Amino acid sequence: MGGLQKKKYERGSATNYITRNKARKKLQLSLADFRRLCILKGIYPHEPKHKKKVNKGSTAPRTFYLFKDIRFLLHEPIVRKFREYKVFVRKLRKAYGKAEWTGVERLRDNKPGYKLDHIIKERYPTFIDALRDIDDALSMCFLFSTFARTGKCHVQTITLCRRLTVEWMNYVVTSRSLRKVFLSIKGIYYQAEVLGQLITWLVPYQFAHDHPTDVDYRVMATFTEMYTTLFGFINFRLYQTLNLVYPPKLDSKAESELKAEHEEDYAMDSESYLEKLSALSASLARVVATAEEEENQLDLFPTEGENMQAREKEQKEQEAQKRLFEGLKFFLNREVPRESLAFILRCFGAEVSWDKSLCIGGTYEVTDETITHQIVDRPDMDKQYINRYYIQPQWVFDSVNAQMRLPVEDYFLGTTLPPHLSPFVEEKDGDYVPPEKLKLMALQRGEKPGKSRAELDSEEEDEEEEDEEEEEEDDEEEDDVDDEELTEEKNLKKMEGTRVTPGKVKPWETGSVGNKVRLEQEEKAEEKRLAIMMMKKKEKYLYDKIMFGKKRTTREVSSLRCAPAKPTRHITCHHSKVQT
Amino acid sequence: MRLWNELSYFTCWISHQARLCTPPTRLCTPPTRLCTPPTRPGPALYSTHQARPCSVLHPPGQALLCTPPTRPGPALYSTHQARPYSVLHPPGQALLCTPPTRPGPTLYSTHQARPYSVLHPPGQALLCTPPTRPGPVLHPPGPVLHPPGQALYSTHQALYSTHQARPCSVLHPPGKALYSTHQARLCTPPTMPGSVLHPSGKALYSTHLTVPGLIQPICFSTRLLTRFSLSPSFLSQDIRNTVGNIPMEWYQDYPHIGYNLDGKKIFKPIRNKDELDEFLDKMENPDYWRTVHDKTTASDIRLSDEQVDLVHRLQKGQFGDVNFNEYEPSVDFFTNEVMIHPVTNRPQDKRSFIPSLIEKEKVSKLVHAIKMGWIKPRKPKETTPQYYDLWAKEDPNAILGRHKMHVPAPKMRLPGHEESYNPPPEYLLTEEERMAWEQQDAEDRKLPFLPQKHSCLRAVPAFSRFIHERFERCLDLYLCPRQRKMRVNVNPEDLIPKLPKPKDLQPFPTTMSLVYIGHSSLVRSISASPTGQWLVSGSDDCTVRFWEVNTGRCMKTLEVGGAVKSVAWNPNPAVCLVAVCFESTVLLLNPGLGDRLVVSSTDQLITSYEPPEEDKEQAVTWALSEGPEHDNGHRLTLTHPKAVKQVVWHGKGDYLASVMPDNSSNLQVLIHQVSKRRTQNPFRKNKGLVQCVSFHPLRPYFFVATQRYVRVYNLIKQELTKKLMTNCKWISSMAIHPGGDNLICGSYDCRLAWFDLDLSTKPYKMLRHHKKALRGVAYHKHYPLFASGADDGSVIICHGMVYNDLLQNPLIVPVKVLKGHQITHDLGVLDVTFHPTQPWVFSSGADATIRLFT
Repeated sequence: MGGLQKKKYERGSATNYITRNKARKKLQLSLADFRRLCILKGIYPHEPKHKKKVNKGSTAPRTFYLFKDIRFLLHEPIVRKFREYKVFVRKLRKAYGKAEWTGVERLRDNKPGYKLDHIIKERYPTFIDALRDIDDALSMCFLFSTFARTGKCHVQTITLCRRLTVEWMNYVVTSRSLRKVFLSIKGIYYQAEVLGQLITWLVPYQFAHDHPTDVDYRVMATFTEMYTTLFGFINFRLYQTLNLVYPPKLDSKAESELKAEHEEDYAMDSESYLEKLSALSASLARVVATAEEEENQLDLFPTEGENMQAREKEQKEQEAQKRLFEGLKFFLNREVPRESLAFILRCFGAEVSWDKSLCIGGTYEVTDETITHQIVDRPDMDKQYINRYYIQPQWVFDSVNAQMRLPVEDYFLGTTLPPHLSPFVEEKDGDYVPPEKLKLMALQRGEKPGKSRAELDSEEEDEEEEDEEEEEEDDEEEDDVDDEELTEEKNLKKMEGTRVTPGKVKPWETGSVGNKVRLEQEEKAEEKRLAIMMMKKKEKYLYDKIMFGKKRTTREVSSLRCAPAKPTRHITCHHSKVQT
Repeated sequence: MRLWNELSYFTCWISHQARLCTPPTRLCTPPTRLCTPPTRPGPALYSTHQARPCSVLHPPGQALLCTPPTRPGPALYSTHQARPYSVLHPPGQALLCTPPTRPGPTLYSTHQARPYSVLHPPGQALLCTPPTRPGPVLHPPGPVLHPPGQALYSTHQALYSTHQARPCSVLHPPGKALYSTHQARLCTPPTMPGSVLHPSGKALYSTHLTVPGLIQPICFSTRLLTRFSLSPSFLSQDIRNTVGNIPMEWYQDYPHIGYNLDGKKIFKPIRNKDELDEFLDKMENPDYWRTVHDKTTASDIRLSDEQVDLVHRLQKGQFGDVNFNEYEPSVDFFTNEVMIHPVTNRPQDKRSFIPSLIEKEKVSKLVHAIKMGWIKPRKPKETTPQYYDLWAKEDPNAILGRHKMHVPAPKMRLPGHEESYNPPPEYLLTEEERMAWEQQDAEDRKLPFLPQKHSCLRAVPAFSRFIHERFERCLDLYLCPRQRKMRVNVNPEDLIPKLPKPKDLQPFPTTMSLVYIGHSSLVRSISASPTGQWLVSGSDDCTVRFWEVNTGRCMKTLEVGGAVKSVAWNPNPAVCLVAVCFESTVLLLNPGLGDRLVVSSTDQLITSYEPPEEDKEQAVTWALSEGPEHDNGHRLTLTHPKAVKQVVWHGKGDYLASVMPDNSSNLQVLIHQVSKRRTQNPFRKNKGLVQCVSFHPLRPYFFVATQRYVRVYNLIKQELTKKLMTNCKWISSMAIHPGGDNLICGSYDCRLAWFDLDLSTKPYKMLRHHKKALRGVAYHKHYPLFASGADDGSVIICHGMVYNDLLQNPLIVPVKVLKGHQITHDLGVLDVTFHPTQPWVFSSGADATIRLFT
């Protein structure tokens, strides 16, 4: 029974975690440097399972890092650079204090810097890893590129962000990989499919930012520092995959076309090149001059059969979507967001131009007779050409999301626009589907529209049910695995629908064999109720929670469904997380 | 070439200086002018004092007696450079010089570093009034120069420089022994020993270092002092008293007033003037106004016309010198025009034209280093980052260990329809919802923004929280602990236990078939006869009713003297007896129902009792009923000392237990033997408030349920066998399985505990079927059924199969929820009991009915 007394908190989870302050001391870094290091290296706190054990018996709120992570940080060469920088700042301050200007200059020249290449490689061992994590980088760079050069961050950062985002947009245009766009109240969402990865980013509307005071820009700058490095490497690689020259160069043909007469008046040469690139109206130079992208045919594998066909069909659809606006000639009025629209239109093969005074890179004038669509966002226009459509910008966005050219009538100049729906919502059955979406689905199936919203509302219910049934049938055809689940869910739905109140004692002469089915159902329901009574406490709790969630979704859907009928519109969030 | 550059640079600089300078004439301003603060004393005046521009020059000796030197400038004050702070006072301005009106900081404003050493003009004897602001400037504690005679003055400059280091040295009137005795009074002992010049100019005294205050005349031959020429003006000055500028009252008690130059005492006038003399003098003497009293000689002096004139001029603030023109045109010392030639006309040195050897050496070293490649030109800094193919050699297996633990950050949630700039109208908030949204805390909001509708794209404003949201995302990325959370992805149907179907477990009561109506208040207790033909019920309306089970007919109604708490039919089919308890009485009734033989035999049984010879004192009194009561069916009355709550029969039908709940005494349970009319109290101790008791159906065990525990006693061994922990807050009822090995307890906290006595003292199953307090539980005698009635008005029938195989645990399946009783006063079902032979259940409720479910 002897042996040393085991001390508490010297083994197990207490040694696996380390508090933030201790980690900071171990690394000999200030809190700001530690934060930067964590951001750059992607180290985040962990929540121990038994917080009290890890916290050595205390219940004080603390942030815990994995001890392994901190040990991993100890070997990071950047830590040394941080220390060097600290020394540099100290020396510089001293030199300033002594007014040793030559010393200041010398120190400035030898300012220690660091590179993040190895960190990027370490955090993202493969290119696909990096591509998967680029959403935040894109959004951040797009945000920073819209900042005014007023000292919230370095001007170099802003220009770099701008450059990288322009490169990215050019890549997306060239690879035609844009899939979805959405005009939200926050900004414009874009979703592109790059090398099989869905990448979504958000671009703010073009306004000057009202810089908030309660935001730590240093944190954002550190993130941007990391993101720009990552983003640059990704851009390089992506350009390589398309045989494009990096940094991007305009096609020599395009360049000569774009050569404006009074270019010198416009901007300096170096600046105007980026502007020309960001105009997105010209194609990029390639390393190896090839003809337009060759069609990559899918090889046929006889074994796959149906699956192969489906894939082929999908491929075709995608190709069709890529050529959505091909052959159309757009002209952007000055009041529409030029960059966004030019980007989208060019992604789908259209020709775009704008007024010369608006931006560099416009290729044709308003007076061009071959223009098919002019995008306007004003109530009326004085001079209208007869052979073109004057449409509002939402048409472009809705058409992209619908993967077809929508009828232009709803989007004409001055008309009230139909609602703009999010393309990111995928309705499962049981969810609320707005009538516009149903209409769109009908259009996509090739049915003739022609119902107003009110009519749609009235028929919505039936249609939805039909839809569901159709879908279900489809499912059944495709695979029988889901069948059981579906029927079960149906049962559940029905159960909810019939609303058998528990514990209603039948009148004691239910001998009449009038409704056998109903009787049977009731019996079953009671059986279930009795079984529920015998559930264990834990399971009962879980079961109740699940059922509560289900009920809430149905309630919300029903409230949304009845909303249009009411004089005042009504909404509840239908994004409740439902565990099933 | 380089040299030339430097030279030209110098030239420029000189010319620049030149512009700053004032003409040399300015230097020669008379001393009076110095009393006013110099307007630009700095660089202009002392252009040569470049390193230390703070020395102020007093043109010495300009007053009456000497003419100002025309160019005292750099030559004269060249020695001052090292010590810019010594101020030279013109000596010998004796009579005419008024003390500077503002001698303090203004005058010496240029003395930035050390403005406080000021030399007082010695020998201002007669005319000098004490300075108004003598403080730190004029009277530095030490260095007061005693005018010992004219000879001394010529040495001023030398003296002054020595005074710097030792401010407290005092010059001693030399020569005489007599004088040195005065010394002790004249001056405070010098804190720092110093050197003092002998008035004759030939020797220097130095105070001894170790003995402060005692001055030892040590003579030094001071040849160095000879270089100062003795100015005749100093010699001609009339200084009669040599005590210097000291308060003359020190000589009050002496007949003399000081010493003249020869060291002779100057005696005071024999008779002082009194007030009258003064007045007479004032009245008679026409020169009285120009007569001044000289304290040092105690004589009156009549001022000459020139002197009076000078005083007048000074009073007016004019220059002392009549001939001085203060408005002379100023001539710049250097021209203000930039000159192409250097100021100095000095030819360049030869060394300027000879290349420097040291420089050559340095240059050749550098050239060599460059040639060898040791020194390289600094690379231009790269500002734009360089990108390359980082993943050129990517190896998916080369993943660091920590990446296995890595949890990628979840992506941002994709926007829904409500975030659109032009959402469908049903997604917009109503006015109330908007209000509610605004009043909610930011954390509680389901949507972090308000859905808005804009008619066109150009009307969409900037999103004010865009940067915030990005920043919050950043915070999430580096501050939020990440954890893989297992989402419970279960089908709720799978959670429901698979139980045998109730259909397969028949028979059990399913429907309500009969309602026994008759009572007018809640029916507390019911009991069925062992044959199953009759049912007895006791109610709060003080009646006991007997019912025929099959017809629902009330056979008999008996009034008793209180609300009936409990009824129990004797389980022995050979005896027809019913125990009824109300208040503190237990009544044994013979209802007279059923087989007449049984009824009569029961009567016989009761009457055949013969009292024992020796009458023992018992806790209850047994009384035989007679008369009309006997006709009603009353047979025996057991009067208890306290209110009785429950009666229960033993399976054989001879013993009867009654419960008198009382927390304070051991007299809570009594066991009666009917045949012998005997009563005994089985317990010596009080173990808590007894809720209910029960006999074991087969063995001599006795179950007592207190508030939280059930105790099992062996009646033969008279010991506690088991104590069952019910985990309930308050037991309400209890029933024993006919097999005797299982037990159920109902409690007021909605639970029903099933105990397997062979298994454990803890419940085998805890059933929470009811929503409200359980009031009654019962087992069926033959069928594997048990029932529980609760305040929610329902009776739940469960299938409770007990297997003979000891290895198999009892199977409990709820099979039916029976409803029918109305809830009155928050009470539902009060008692349940099974039919002895059929799978039927009776329940009595607070709605004054009894219901039969078959």
